[in-house]
Amino acid sequence: MAQKLDDIAEQVIGVLAGMIQAGAPITEATRIARDLGLDSVAIMDFVMELEERFDISIPLDQIADVETVGDLSIAVEALVRDAA
Amino acid sequence: MPIFSKFEDIRLTLAALSHSGQNPLNVHFDEIRSPVEGLVNGKPVLLFGTSNYLGMTFDADCIEAGVQMLRQAGTGTTGSRIANGTYAGHASLETQLAKFYGKRSAMVFSTGYQANLGLISALAGREDHLFIDADSHASIYDASRLSGAEIIRFRHNDAGDLARRIGRLKNKPGCRIIVTEGIYSMLGDTAPLREIAAVKRATGSYLIVDEAHSMGVLGAHGRGLCEAAGVEEDIDFVVGTFSKSLGAVGGFAVSDLPGFDLLRVAARPYMFTASLPPSIVASVSAALNRIQNDPSLGARVRANGQRFYQGLARAGFALGPQPNPVVAVKMPDRDTAVTFWKLLLEEGVYLNLAIPPATPSSLALLRASVNAVHTDEQIDCAIAAIRRVGARLGIIAPKPAKQAAKSLEKLALPAE
Repeated sequence: MAQKLDDIAEQVIGVLAGMIQAGAPITEATRIARDLGLDSVAIMDFVMELEERFDISIPLDQIADVETVGDLSIAVEALVRDAA
Repeated sequence: MPIFSKFEDIRLTLAALSHSGQNPLNVHFDEIRSPVEGLVNGKPVLLFGTSNYLGMTFDADCIEAGVQMLRQAGTGTTGSRIANGTYAGHASLETQLAKFYGKRSAMVFSTGYQANLGLISALAGREDHLFIDADSHASIYDASRLSGAEIIRFRHNDAGDLARRIGRLKNKPGCRIIVTEGIYSMLGDTAPLREIAAVKRATGSYLIVDEAHSMGVLGAHGRGLCEAAGVEEDIDFVVGTFSKSLGAVGGFAVSDLPGFDLLRVAARPYMFTASLPPSIVASVSAALNRIQNDPSLGARVRANGQRFYQGLARAGFALGPQPNPVVAVKMPDRDTAVTFWKLLLEEGVYLNLAIPPATPSSLALLRASVNAVHTDEQIDCAIAAIRRVGARLGIIAPKPAKQAAKSLEKLALPAE
């Protein structure tokens, strides 16, 4: 069953919020590395959480193009749609 | 200097590391006296962070072979195999490596990094899918990027996760190529190679194993984890290095697959770099002979790994999951790790500091490695020094007085 982008973004934000210290609210405009101070290893761990939740694999070259939570949600949505 | 502004975070980290004296990422040795002894700032130190697993750097046969060839064939080849040709030593070393692994052919590269870069980037085309362990060495990540293939990471040492990820591809075209390592260099753990080989068979994938830290260390004949796990037939490509157990520099790949030699004109990191100097090739060949003729070398480094690991475990340190010759001591945080490392150097013990992002799960680690020529006494000395610093920093409970370490003077370490 296809999921809507908004639902996916909400879940992405939920997973991210669970991984970082409480701070400024996370929105689709939040820049994952710059605004949240996650290093590359922490980002990869976060991506693995998402992969498990959505039962997808996000190829490494796609992650390189991601800057914001919104970018990532779009990538996840496309992969989920592709897998359906 | 705006061109360097992108490195501002790194500059700040370096400044913090250098703040109180020695920068752990920039150690200068005045002298290296043996595989286990060096001189830093005029002071003798015991070496416990060299990856020189068999102590081969000062092996008399290797030195002699290197010196002889240096006189006979000169200092270098001054170009690539493609441009300047193959020397007799290159070809015979490749034959020797293939025979050692019982494989059809071998290719020698100028470094271990380039072996991965050349093999993986050439093998995996744009249509193919690379499945790499999340904790893979930087050379595997870089090689994967250079390949242009789709890169999918699987959870470290998790064959089930690997199988799920390959399964998600369904009927997508392209080869599936799995890359794993023998011993992982940060935590010293080994890959579950039997399970991974089973996934490879079930999915019709290709399997590459990087034995950089396990060649000469694992397996009754020193053929690494593939031999120890009894899965050599399932491995399509073994990659390795000459810069650890063989004590020099260079890398290699071996394979049974008939098309393997095509990589000589497809792998750019093989084609467009100078080949190894004849003297290096000669010392590597002598080192490989030593491994083949003396299986006790591997047994000794494994026993030393056990002694070191168990000693630190008994002292109460949190360590990597398996007792191998690479031993990772987990630190509570980066600052403690840096302080610990510096105090240990003052105590006369050198090992490696490993901090994020070079480490898995953002761990701060003291990364030690033992070799076959460390004596029991030197290992116990290092354990005692690590214990003293650990107790001083409150990481482990202080040692009871009755077990106080004996005088360490003769090993050039300050007594307690």
